[in-house]
Amino acid sequence: MSFQVSRDDGGVTVVRVEGQLIVGNRQELKDLLGAALDAGDRKFLIDFAGAGYIDSSGLGALVGLSRRVREAGGELRLSGLNEDLRSLFELTKLDTLFAIADTPEQALANF
Amino acid sequence: MATAALQLVVRRSVLPEVSPAGARVHFTMPSEIGWIEQAVNLIARHCLAGVPANARLRFRLQVAVAEALANAVVRGNREDPAKAVSVDAELHPDVVVITVTDEGDGFDPARVPDPLAPDQMAETCGRGLFLIRKLVDDVRFNERGTSICMTFSRR
Repeated sequence: MSFQVSRDDGGVTVVRVEGQLIVGNRQELKDLLGAALDAGDRKFLIDFAGAGYIDSSGLGALVGLSRRVREAGGELRLSGLNEDLRSLFELTKLDTLFAIADTPEQALANF
Repeated sequence: MATAALQLVVRRSVLPEVSPAGARVHFTMPSEIGWIEQAVNLIARHCLAGVPANARLRFRLQVAVAEALANAVVRGNREDPAKAVSVDAELHPDVVVITVTDEGDGFDPARVPDPLAPDQMAETCGRGLFLIRKLVDDVRFNERGTSICMTFSRR
């Protein structure tokens, strides 16, 4: 299982990435968030504390999801990026596109 | 996934002509994205076995190889089941050299747009080659653009 989904008390849909987010499973994440968006969810947190590595397809999926959520009037945040994962966002300048918190608790505190 | 029951067949041989302590690893992979993670695990295991743990090298290698394999499967072979992706690794004490080759029409790496350009930042694709260049110490292509050779320093 690549993704674990839960819902916090504040109505935020929390997706925990377990393992990789790569070309082979990015569609699963897109379908999952797309269904939640269609069901009316507007606040999303994707937590990478249990993740391994991300490829450019995974980064691209996050860019597309962020845009889709924003266009629906919602917000997508990220958390739990270790130093290596964060470097991918910095190299591609995607750290300027996302709200990135160190921990899911910090991301959820003022969501 | 049906492919999970299959195994990639690896040939590992010594490399005495290049380095007494070196080895060569070779396997071919079907043109299916579902194989990529297993292939990355396999190559990382061979490349990092018997040397001091190096988490940064492991990460660089995993991401860059995943990118090269995805490019070969999706853009090169266009997921054609009749075509395969070939993976070769030369394992030396100081460097790892990984070559990924597809059976597609090739591409010109000089014509890939810069993903940091303002008009590219919101794109959902086009960052793969950029990441490879950032994570790998030396990157070369064959003339046809069907093969990428990536050299990783172990230091």
